[in-house]
Amino acid sequence: MGDTGAEEVLRAPHALDYTYTRSVGPVIGAFLTGLRQGRILGATGAGGVVTVPPTEYDPQTGERSGELVEVGPAGVVSTWAWTDHPSADQPLDRPFAWALVTLDGATTGLLHVVDAGSSDAMSSGMRVRAKFVPEADRRGHLRDIECFVPEASS
Amino acid sequence: MSGQAPEPVAVLETPIHVDYSFTAGLAQSRFLKGLAEGRFLGQRCPRCKKVYVPPRGSCPTDGVPTTDEVELGNTGTVTTYCVVNVPFQGQAIEIPYICAQILLDGANLAFMGLIQEVPADQVRMGMRVEAVWVAPDELGPTMSSVKYFRPNGEPDADYETFAEYL
Repeated sequence: MGDTGAEEVLRAPHALDYTYTRSVGPVIGAFLTGLRQGRILGATGAGGVVTVPPTEYDPQTGERSGELVEVGPAGVVSTWAWTDHPSADQPLDRPFAWALVTLDGATTGLLHVVDAGSSDAMSSGMRVRAKFVPEADRRGHLRDIECFVPEASS
Repeated sequence: MSGQAPEPVAVLETPIHVDYSFTAGLAQSRFLKGLAEGRFLGQRCPRCKKVYVPPRGSCPTDGVPTTDEVELGNTGTVTTYCVVNVPFQGQAIEIPYICAQILLDGANLAFMGLIQEVPADQVRMGMRVEAVWVAPDELGPTMSSVKYFRPNGEPDADYETFAEYL
C-alpha cells in the first residue's frame, strides 16, 4: 500500500447487551421481597452476627443462616468513595457517594449510594437513612432503595 | 401493599450493557472497504509469503508488517465446521445451521462463515464453496455483506490441501 498515512481508518460503535436472569433462591428472594415491601432484611448467624444482604449460609461458620430479621432503615456509613461524574448506568445522575452502610441492627455493611449533595457532607460515622422509591415502582430489586440520605435532612 | 400477600421474588434480571468504540485499524479498514465493494482483500507477508485474510497488518509468524495487498477470489474450502442445533436469544437463522471455517483460495488463514443452500448433514470438510453477497446496493463495510457461502459444485478438496489450517 505504501502511503498509508492518508488511509481512512474505520471506526464504529459496538454495543454489547446481555441480560442474565438469575434465580435468587429463598434467602435473597426474601430480601428482595422485603425491599418491595419497604423493609430491609438481614440473616442472623453465630455470635449474634446479622448479615445484610442476607446469605443462605453464615459466612463465618458455614452453617445455615438463622431467621431473617428486619434492620435499618437507618444506619452508619463505615466507609465511602465520592463520584463526581456519574456514568449513565449508575444509580444517581448527580454526584454521589458509594458507601458501605451498617444498618441499625446489622453487623455487616450494605453497599449502596448516599445522596449527600457534596463530598463535604460525607464522613465515616455519619448516619444515613434509606429512601425507597414509591411503592408502585418497586420491583424486588436493590434499587427499590433509591439511595441513602443524611439522616438530619431526611 | 393490599391485604393479599404478593408473590415472593424468585428471579432477578441483571442487564449488562457495554459500549465500545471499535477502531478497525489500517489493515482491517482496507478489508472492510473491500467488502463494501464485494471483494475479499488480504495482505501477504513479505517474508513467508503467507496471505492473511482478514489482514491484521502484520505477520504473526515473522512479526513484520504485511504491506502487499492481495485480492482473493470468491471461492474457498470448508476446513472444518460445526452444526448449530441450540437455539439462543437473538438467533437470526433457523436451526440447524452450519458455521464453518473457510479457507479462501490463495489464502493462508481461514475465517468463519455460514454455509447455506445445503442440508446440514451434507456439509463436510473439504467441501468447495463460494461466497454469496448481498445485493449491490446493500453492500457495506461489514461481514454482513457476505450473506453466506454455498457449495459451488466442485469436487472436494484433498485433505492435504487444508490440513495445515485446522
